[in-house]
Amino acid sequence: MTSEAQPSTSVPSGEPLVSLKHVNKHFGDLHVLQDINLEVARGEVVVVIGPSGSGKSTLCRAINRLETIDDGEIRVDGKALPAEGKALAKLRADVGMVFQSFNLFAHKSILENVTLGPVKVKGMKSGEAKDLALSLLKRVGVDNQAQKLPAQLSGGQQQRVAIARALAMQPKVMLFDEPTSALDPEMINEVLDAMVSLAKEGMTMIVVTHEMGFARKAADRVIFMADGQIVEQATPEEFFTNPQSDRAKDFLGKILAH
Amino acid sequence: MENYLTLFETYDVPAAFWANIQLTFWAAIWATLLGTLLALFRISPIASLQFVGAAYVNIFRNTPLTIIIAFGVLGLFGQLQVSLTDDFNLNFFRLAILGLSLYHAAFVCEAIRSGVNTVPLGQAEAARAIGLSFLPAARLIILPQAFRGAIAPLGNVLIALIKNSTVAAAGSVAIEASSLMKTMIEFRGDLVIPIFLTFALGFVIIVIPVGLLTTWASRKLAVAR
Repeated sequence: MTSEAQPSTSVPSGEPLVSLKHVNKHFGDLHVLQDINLEVARGEVVVVIGPSGSGKSTLCRAINRLETIDDGEIRVDGKALPAEGKALAKLRADVGMVFQSFNLFAHKSILENVTLGPVKVKGMKSGEAKDLALSLLKRVGVDNQAQKLPAQLSGGQQQRVAIARALAMQPKVMLFDEPTSALDPEMINEVLDAMVSLAKEGMTMIVVTHEMGFARKAADRVIFMADGQIVEQATPEEFFTNPQSDRAKDFLGKILAH
Repeated sequence: MENYLTLFETYDVPAAFWANIQLTFWAAIWATLLGTLLALFRISPIASLQFVGAAYVNIFRNTPLTIIIAFGVLGLFGQLQVSLTDDFNLNFFRLAILGLSLYHAAFVCEAIRSGVNTVPLGQAEAARAIGLSFLPAARLIILPQAFRGAIAPLGNVLIALIKNSTVAAAGSVAIEASSLMKTMIEFRGDLVIPIFLTFALGFVIIVIPVGLLTTWASRKLAVAR
């Protein structure tokens, strides 16, 4: 099983923050996750790449149970994912998520988008939450848009707000599900810059993306998925210069040709 | 013409319309509360609640309102002695409000559900992702957007409710418009057509602004995406 073969250079030490063991999922007849085993260490930045339909988004969404799994086990910070209810909500509060389509709350201002979680989920005082939100919005460079509605912002700005919204929950790990795929080319870098600086600050991140530049710059480990399996994993340097599997060589040949 | 004007000396037409407006007002409030609860049931992740919501809607939406209102008076009050107040006439009035509310709640539920369908799935996912469980996510994220997407269909339910308030006549509410029209036609055979037009026009005048207002509001309050 190729998914068991972790390169020695990037094996995380100590208790993994996120661990998936023998995870399987089907969409009807499609076996979209096939016996996935993955451990992500505290502070590690893992980039998941692969052709579309390979199961990488499903993998990402399974980690905070936006997708249920058929069998196997997913643990976050040592705790198995609860099935439903309050316990699951509590765990999700510790796992930040950034979506391809931003999904900012359309009827709330930028500031309210960021303060909502801390106030309603964590019970933070609204003044305190506002200070936190403004400092996070400043960090991603959209603090001057705080009173606007999401639809009034560009895609790149909306996605940076989405990052701030997730960070406001002070998550243990951040999941990014193709965060730049819905953006115009000139807006991709502003989002990637925010992500790179987050990685540099030591945030544990699992990033599904097609941005090879980001993988090279910020990833500790690249995971290559195809047809529901983890085919290969290596450091970015190793993976991009010396891919082992034919599937990965073929994929890189197609995307790096231009 | 003078003949026509004598009608308004003998009969208090505005008071009759006022009764319909009161029936509509209270029934709209109760139907909105119950309809929202039913919509919550129908979108909840709990199968038994979904079933209760669906069963309610299918029963009440497909039962004639006249049957419900008549049952309120003859069944609930007449035979089962259910009384909502000691005042005899007010009791009929309240039973009519009950019937109107139960019936229109089913339509409110479906209007809100159509509003929920205007809210992209990503909104619910984002709400869950920051740690909101079903009820807070529904209250803070989904329903506020759903209501704004449901203003036009909710307006249609309100318009139907205004007109259906005349069915209260079947529930022994003698003070409302259609009951008064019946009395007037009975006693003033010389003015049958003008009497009918008076009541028809009265409802048109009440209903048209509601339609205009909801159309305006649904544009004004639409969620920008």
